[in-house]
Amino acid sequence: MAVIRDVMPAFELFQPASTADALSLLDRYGSDAWVFAGGLDSFDWLKDRIKRPRYVVDLGGVAELKGIRERDGGLEIGAMATLTEVVQHPAVRERYAILMEAAEAAASPQIRNQGTIGGNVSQDTRCWYYRSGWSCYRAGGNICYADTPEAINREHAILGADRCVAVNPSDTAPALIALGASMVVRGSGGERVMNAEDYFIGPGTDIMRMTALQPGELLAAIRIPGDWAGSRFYFEKVRDRQVWDFALVSVASAMVTSGETIENMRLVVNGVAARPLRLVNVEQFVKGKPRNEATAAAAGEMAIEGAQPLRFNAYKVPLMRNLVKRAIRGVEEWATS
Amino acid sequence: MGYFLTFGHSPWGQQILTHVSWNLLWASLFAGVAFFVAHASYMVLSAHRKRHPAETDAIEAARPDLPARIPRHSGVARAFHWVMAASMFTLLLTAFLPIAGVRFAWVTWHWMAGLVLTTSILFHVIHASFFLDFWSIWVGPKDLPELRAEILRELGHDVPGPKPGKYPLGNRLYHLAIVAAGLSVIASGLTMMVRVRTPLFPRNPYMLADSTWGFVYVAHGMAGVGLVGLVIAHVYFAVRPDKWWITKAMILGWITRRQYIEHHDPDRWVVGIHPKTQVPNPKSQVAQ
Repeated sequence: MAVIRDVMPAFELFQPASTADALSLLDRYGSDAWVFAGGLDSFDWLKDRIKRPRYVVDLGGVAELKGIRERDGGLEIGAMATLTEVVQHPAVRERYAILMEAAEAAASPQIRNQGTIGGNVSQDTRCWYYRSGWSCYRAGGNICYADTPEAINREHAILGADRCVAVNPSDTAPALIALGASMVVRGSGGERVMNAEDYFIGPGTDIMRMTALQPGELLAAIRIPGDWAGSRFYFEKVRDRQVWDFALVSVASAMVTSGETIENMRLVVNGVAARPLRLVNVEQFVKGKPRNEATAAAAGEMAIEGAQPLRFNAYKVPLMRNLVKRAIRGVEEWATS
Repeated sequence: MGYFLTFGHSPWGQQILTHVSWNLLWASLFAGVAFFVAHASYMVLSAHRKRHPAETDAIEAARPDLPARIPRHSGVARAFHWVMAASMFTLLLTAFLPIAGVRFAWVTWHWMAGLVLTTSILFHVIHASFFLDFWSIWVGPKDLPELRAEILRELGHDVPGPKPGKYPLGNRLYHLAIVAAGLSVIASGLTMMVRVRTPLFPRNPYMLADSTWGFVYVAHGMAGVGLVGLVIAHVYFAVRPDKWWITKAMILGWITRRQYIEHHDPDRWVVGIHPKTQVPNPKSQVAQ
């Protein structure tokens, strides 16, 4: 019988009004429960009948997970703040423009109105073999269908593959890592705060998850410190369709300069691995060097060391190299040279 | 069936085996611990049946020709044992800690430890075949009288029947089980390496059909969870006070004359000159 994809399958819906109630529900139903934020990732899974949770916990009514507020010289963004709210928030636009750019690059205005920043960073990979419900490694099986000789793998990983070659699809994740953000995770056992770069995990660590969230845990908020506020930012997302698409490769950086010398930098790429990759070796290399073409070119070469393209995604190697170059030397200054 | 095995679907909609259910890990862990508790309890309750030291004194006095230290494991054999043990622990920890919820990038460590284990086993097979008393570790129909005698002794009877040669029957049965599980896990593991990226050879996920891969994964998983129970039993016996002399021999390489006389049949494990036939045993000094 054909799957009727427009009709929502049956599940028991819970709409808690507090984080405590939501955690209590997740604790009670364990792996049978599905956390529902904006629904943009969830609806695909549910309507396609690939994921069949018995209980759905909708966080839309939990006021404490919403909003954007000042905290310790930085910002705290509730996980249920929509991408539009992030884009339009004055403090984000003024001090963390890279996050505004990244959030604005996500999907379409309608989706940004509904989609949350917590959902954007926690969404599952878009590998279509996996999302089609095949028994791949990520789905608990024993093969990666995207990493076979005949696979269509134009969008897949060139770095950090470990059996699975899926990539992280989030636009805001690299920007948050570049800003030195931390993730506030709550569970029945209490609260833990982790660096944004540790929130994302690769298949070597857990092949069935994209984040460090354990069953029964929620991403409650994202804290952005003031350290990188107002620094020189760069964000670029390369995609097939400019109006609405996931990134083929994206780059996000925050840089502090003294004259034309790079004093400090955080540099992150996404779309090349199962987790956003912070390029620490490149950051170390450019520190103290002039911000010029030579530094950028050397950094670009360094960034792609170890890249292992698949059959159809070798283009990502020069793309990543050039995006890293552009993040370091910028584009405006060089447009007329 | 789902309690023991897990199934997925191929792109053609066929149901295929994927791997064993990890419920079996907990079952094997439970079996190993249950054996440990049961055996330890039995040994505590039967402690009063130990041989009186005077009896052993008399036997020892009758063999003044034996050296004070009897070589039991050569340096090479001991090195093999500990390399194999290290690789086995690495394999089990990298395989099962992630299943127990401890997250880390385990795959590279796992296949590298697997290659170390494979190399050490290959070395052991060659070493044991050509340089050791190969048959001393195997069991066969000839061991049935010893099995009967051992069971009766365990049940408290004073049986004059055969005592072990170089290796107690339990050791040899354990070796047999570890050979079966070890060879299964190595053969399936080497095959599975074709599916992961290594610098050794190109990946080939289509070397076998989906359903055949399923059997390979199940064999690997079955042998792996079996090894959990076997290793628990091995460690338990290695640290038991009454077996510590065997463990010590695997560290130092020798046992005392008294331990030799007390636990072994000099006719089945001849050390130096055979007291009856006056024939020297050329392998007695180096045998593992």
